[in-house]
Amino acid sequence: MKAASQNNPNSGWEAKAVEFFKDHLNEKDAHTWVPSLNDVPLHYLKPNSLVKFRCLIQDMFDPEFYMGVYEAVNPSTRDKVLRCGKYKDVTECGVDFNSKNTVTAERQTFYCVPIPGESPWVKECYAGLSQARDVPSTSYAPARQKRSYEEDDDMDTQPQKQREPHAGPQTASEHHGNGDCKRQETEAPSSQVASASRVDLNFPLPGEKGPSCLLKVYEDWDGFKLNDAVEVFGILSVSPALSALADEKDASSSLLDPADSMETAEEQRVHSPPASLVPRLHMLYAKPLPHNNPLLPAAACEQNSAYLSSTRSEMATVRTELLAYFTHILLGDALAAEYLILHLISNVYHRHDVLPLGKFTLNLSGCPTEASYTERFYQIIQQLVPSSYYLGMTLQNMNQMRLVPKKDYVANRLVSGALQLARNTSLFLDESRLEQGQLDTTGVRNVTALGNVISWQKFDYDFNYHQMGIPCNINVLIASEGRSLLPSDCRIHLQSQVAPSDVEEYLRSIHTQSQASQLNKFRVYLSVARLLDYSISDEVTKSVEDDFVEMRKDDPQSISAEDLHRMLVVARLLSLSLGQTSLSRDGWLRAKHIEALRRSRMEQHKCVNGNEQ
Amino acid sequence: MSSPASTPGGRKRGRNTNPSTPSSEGPMSPPSQRRRGQDSSAGDLMPMPTSPATDVLSPAGPQDNSLFSSPRPSVPPNEVDMSSPLMYGTPSSRVEGTPRSAVRGTPARQRPDLGSVRKAPEVDLQSEPPSADGPAASETNAGQRLVIWGTDVNVGTCKEKFQRFLQRFIDPTSSEDENAGLDLNEPLYMQKLEEISVVGDPVLNVSCLHVQSFDAELYRQLICYPQEVIPTFDMAVNELFFERFPDSILEYQIQVRPYNALKTRNMRSLNPEDIDQLITISGMVIRTSQLIPEMQEAFFQCQVCAFTTRVEVDRGRIAEPAVCRHCNTTHSLALVHNRSVFSDKQMIKIQESPEDMPAGQTPHTTIVYGHNDLVDKVQPGDRINITGVYRAVPMRANPRQSSVKSVYKTHIDAIHFRKTDEKRLHGLDEDSEQKLFTEDRVQTLKELAGKPDVYERLSSALAPSIYEHEDIKKGILLQLFGGSRKDFSATGRGNFRADVNILLCGDPGTSKSQLLQYVFNLVPRGQYTSGKGSSAVGLTAYVTKDPETRQLVLQTGALVLSDNGICCIDEFDKMSDSTRSVLHEVMEQQTLSIAKAGIICQLNARTSVLAAANPIESQWNPKKTTIENIQLPHTLLSRFDLIFLMLDPQDEAYDRRLAHHLVSLYYQSEEQIEEEFLDMAVLRDYIAYARTYINPRLSEEASQTLIEAYVDMRKIGSGRGMVSAYPRQLESLIRLAEAHAKVRFSEKVENIDVEEARRLHREALKQSATDPRTGFVDISILTTGMSATARKRREDIAQVLKKLIQSKGKTPAMKYQQLLDDLRGQSETAITKELFDEALRALADEDYLTVTGKTVRLLA
Repeated sequence: MKAASQNNPNSGWEAKAVEFFKDHLNEKDAHTWVPSLNDVPLHYLKPNSLVKFRCLIQDMFDPEFYMGVYEAVNPSTRDKVLRCGKYKDVTECGVDFNSKNTVTAERQTFYCVPIPGESPWVKECYAGLSQARDVPSTSYAPARQKRSYEEDDDMDTQPQKQREPHAGPQTASEHHGNGDCKRQETEAPSSQVASASRVDLNFPLPGEKGPSCLLKVYEDWDGFKLNDAVEVFGILSVSPALSALADEKDASSSLLDPADSMETAEEQRVHSPPASLVPRLHMLYAKPLPHNNPLLPAAACEQNSAYLSSTRSEMATVRTELLAYFTHILLGDALAAEYLILHLISNVYHRHDVLPLGKFTLNLSGCPTEASYTERFYQIIQQLVPSSYYLGMTLQNMNQMRLVPKKDYVANRLVSGALQLARNTSLFLDESRLEQGQLDTTGVRNVTALGNVISWQKFDYDFNYHQMGIPCNINVLIASEGRSLLPSDCRIHLQSQVAPSDVEEYLRSIHTQSQASQLNKFRVYLSVARLLDYSISDEVTKSVEDDFVEMRKDDPQSISAEDLHRMLVVARLLSLSLGQTSLSRDGWLRAKHIEALRRSRMEQHKCVNGNEQ
Repeated sequence: MSSPASTPGGRKRGRNTNPSTPSSEGPMSPPSQRRRGQDSSAGDLMPMPTSPATDVLSPAGPQDNSLFSSPRPSVPPNEVDMSSPLMYGTPSSRVEGTPRSAVRGTPARQRPDLGSVRKAPEVDLQSEPPSADGPAASETNAGQRLVIWGTDVNVGTCKEKFQRFLQRFIDPTSSEDENAGLDLNEPLYMQKLEEISVVGDPVLNVSCLHVQSFDAELYRQLICYPQEVIPTFDMAVNELFFERFPDSILEYQIQVRPYNALKTRNMRSLNPEDIDQLITISGMVIRTSQLIPEMQEAFFQCQVCAFTTRVEVDRGRIAEPAVCRHCNTTHSLALVHNRSVFSDKQMIKIQESPEDMPAGQTPHTTIVYGHNDLVDKVQPGDRINITGVYRAVPMRANPRQSSVKSVYKTHIDAIHFRKTDEKRLHGLDEDSEQKLFTEDRVQTLKELAGKPDVYERLSSALAPSIYEHEDIKKGILLQLFGGSRKDFSATGRGNFRADVNILLCGDPGTSKSQLLQYVFNLVPRGQYTSGKGSSAVGLTAYVTKDPETRQLVLQTGALVLSDNGICCIDEFDKMSDSTRSVLHEVMEQQTLSIAKAGIICQLNARTSVLAAANPIESQWNPKKTTIENIQLPHTLLSRFDLIFLMLDPQDEAYDRRLAHHLVSLYYQSEEQIEEEFLDMAVLRDYIAYARTYINPRLSEEASQTLIEAYVDMRKIGSGRGMVSAYPRQLESLIRLAEAHAKVRFSEKVENIDVEEARRLHREALKQSATDPRTGFVDISILTTGMSATARKRREDIAQVLKKLIQSKGKTPAMKYQQLLDDLRGQSETAITKELFDEALRALADEDYLTVTGKTVRLLA
């Protein structure tokens, strides 16, 4: 699998090699044979082997020039050999810098982190998939055999270790210290924490684990965007020379070193972290992840559409089950459950100049004040969606958390913030945690940023001298007691039908009752509904228009353009939730109906709580 | 020890040793071998091989297969550079005079920006050394055949060409500010030389565009081999200068600084091809380092015999003499730091400007080195154009390691800085900010401008997702183009505002915010703030303490940041009064005065304001005036050129069209989407082009029409004792007319422009300044906050009230409520409490009565 060992630069092998990998990886199940950085600890992987990594592009560094082809001189024989520098970080010895044959080429570096907020079940499921083939042994077992045979005892325990979902990939930092001696297989959270504090891996969300990597991209890097979620297949490079180079710089009195005057120490630390912590990955092939659901086939679109149509028929029944499930959780409120489904399958499918279409931010007001209801509720959602994040909007959080990523010009990197999420991540804002107090400047900025995400589906990243809007596509669910201070597309007030004495116990029982197979069905359902195409026929368009005119005629105040916007989204999501790919007259009426129910509930609520709008 | 080369590819220049006569050529090879990175560290001095050592290495280099051979015989190592006739400039500022030309006594100054190029040997193109004028080839003889190693640059021809360029180049159409005050019909650069002789600043800035138009070949050489060509230019210009002005005294020899190389404009498009070429890129400074002293000349002293010698830095390295020439002791020379010569150097980091960035990517940064007087020329935050030489240096080879990182470090050696926003500070034209348009693009834009319905086309391309509101879109379109900037400071009026301010008010949910967002996304220098979240300081500027330097720094707010752009302010009505008050100055004088924490200054804020306000009662009350509905001070309102109402029209046909529009938004074919996307890019370019290149002036005819229009506007009101126009409205009309002319790419404001401006102004007026009681347009609603009829009415009621009180006879005090009831009973029209209060206040103003609490007392 060593693609970089070719020495002839002119045969066009580079394109062929990439093509080869692409073809083979697209074959059925082939990709599961490749060990993944996400679930195999780095030190089990053989350097210069093919690995995959499921990640989010967190930052983009400057392009770098490297020696695409260089000539190396063998010091003993004085022979000159042309070598290829592609897919490698380090040149072989005796580079002749004055050679005429040197070809300088350009590549781009991205800083990648594991997908933020990825649910445990997704991680587990992916790990399970690759484990099932029992293939990783080909890639890492030989590597380990090269080491001391003492480790054989450990070998047995390995697979089991990997199956453990929370066994975060161990960083190999400590092994540098004790060289090749027998590795301890213990979970070593302390060492992990220690190493993480030494090098800030820049994860967007606090408490995340996993390796981050420097991704070297050789072609078409303009196609990648910040916050893209991709699955990368590439060649792993963990050459200790990389970190050794950095170490030496630190050690030598670097005041007069020209390389250091170009880069500050911070920058050095960020851009060339030790390879043992942040491996380099030379990309051969990257697959964008339209969804991050391992239960769905990851294959190309054509196969997907067949798959989608096959599952569509079952969607109505799954929907009924899911509705019942949510109704339970929402204390018997079926309407709220309905809206929750719509929210979870919403997706920005198009932007019309600045207007994002298809977003559906739900404000669930009237949540029980019992402390843990919202948290439990979030845990249930987390069980169903591929990635999610719970943000308790406590005053402290709002005033202190870094939501908006900011460019740090000293270290020349984008310091991540919680609002750096992959598409279709569920952001759960718990406003019931908000207490009295004052928001400071950061707090106001954070609230504004959240508002921007909700209204425009846009992150405003802080580049110090200017702001940069980055389009995003995330589902925001706001749980609050009264009306939220943030804008929302739709607000529904929870009306509990049952009043369990202990809410927490009640939810926990639902949580534990649900079976894996049922959960899997729900998971597939929610992801599939998002992927369906949707259209409105001319006929229905006409009747919708008529309806609108009719409604306005009776009472112009009753429905505004904004209401029509919302009803169209509701109708769309409602149809999709039933597996229908076009809006029918019935669908429209149904949407109107549930909207009317919701509105009347709001009216009712307004009457009760006079002052609330 | 492998030596890094500054040219990573053998692409252009094979910097090879010459194999033909290894022994005699030995001294020749080190310079070329030593052509390597900017390693100037003193730490490198020790292990640095001396010339003989390099000699041994040189055969290991790749075999040269070119025809080149040196015409010159061997020269002792250290003498070769000093005495060579091929030298130009002086190797050291301390060596007396200059070896050639009449550049008497003026020391040359090192050009670290170019690296030490002067030692690049010249090679004869002929393989045979010319017998006649071989060794001591004077340039006039041998020049024809000699080219600088690895290039096709012939010093003699190049010099000659450049001198001819300097003497002959005339650019009558030049409009660059650098050439201000020069006679455009005389050779431009000769005038500049004259200026140098007077001012004594030995820097000659040369526009590459001029060179290109004069001699394309010379331009090509300049771009491809700046390192060789620019010193040649230096030489040429100095010869010429001292020939002309033999008596002038300069601090050092004139240095040529080319700028405006067309090669590259965008940081993103830099690629390995550009290495060692002259490039110009634009960007924003994000960091500047401290001053770095860089050794230019090392001073060595022999420890044995105290013999001293100087060694110049050569491509970042200093060759320590291994043997003392005086006493022949080996390795006896020690560096004396404080007698060495250092030059200033600064690392500057620039980032590509947000306009150049593709969506969804992070900006690239590049490192720039500034030398000597370019140090501290720029500050973080400046937008600059940099001309310089792009370099790539391999990561230093580590002697302790066999493998190296296969990555190059890149940077730019700056030759010329040009601040693009410098002029913004001086308030001159903004032509340097110009976006470069390709010929094709200009053609498309001009074609578009030629269409008769360009105005309608553009306005419909604006925010297509927002339905109808044609006039509002047209207003915003004119705002995007803006009027022509006029300067009346000579007559004491200062600058005339050229920017159009627009206020949108209307029902919530009429997509005002969306319109604002669209504009914010469309213009390059836009700011978006919400009245609710912003404070006065957030809009203007605030003073903070810089954590690093502990100094007070002024952080500018949205209004200053959007200088020359558009500041979109949402929820204008929610703004606190103090915040709003700062807008008064901005919206008419277009400056911002700050007096805070000992910092007193006035900043430019030439921004257009696009504001959106919701009515105070959340729903627009058609029975009230604009002022009453939005409760904004009229002083502020009158500063808006156009005030539009965005109301829900509530009629069936409109509803139907709206519904259709909305539904189609949710279901649209791909092609339509494609089409619109293209429109936004074109629109942006169109606006940018018009703003930069078109500066319409009023034609005679148009000014007559404007006068008429103004007189008409005043007439409308005068009939009913109201004034419907003030000079401010006339200014608005002029601005709008100019903007409309810009839309047509017309240099002249004509009648149609005035007509449209008038129409739009009338439409906006009709919507916002209609007196709800009479239905007439009344500008005084905006200027005084009260319509003339309302004022009349108030007076009437006051009179009635006065009569009523008088009729009550001599009661010194009355109950408030009683009086109100009496008045109500007497009057035919309904009298609200507000009206009554106003009437009382009017009478109080007359000193007729006073109101204290619930009692009304008459004054004697």
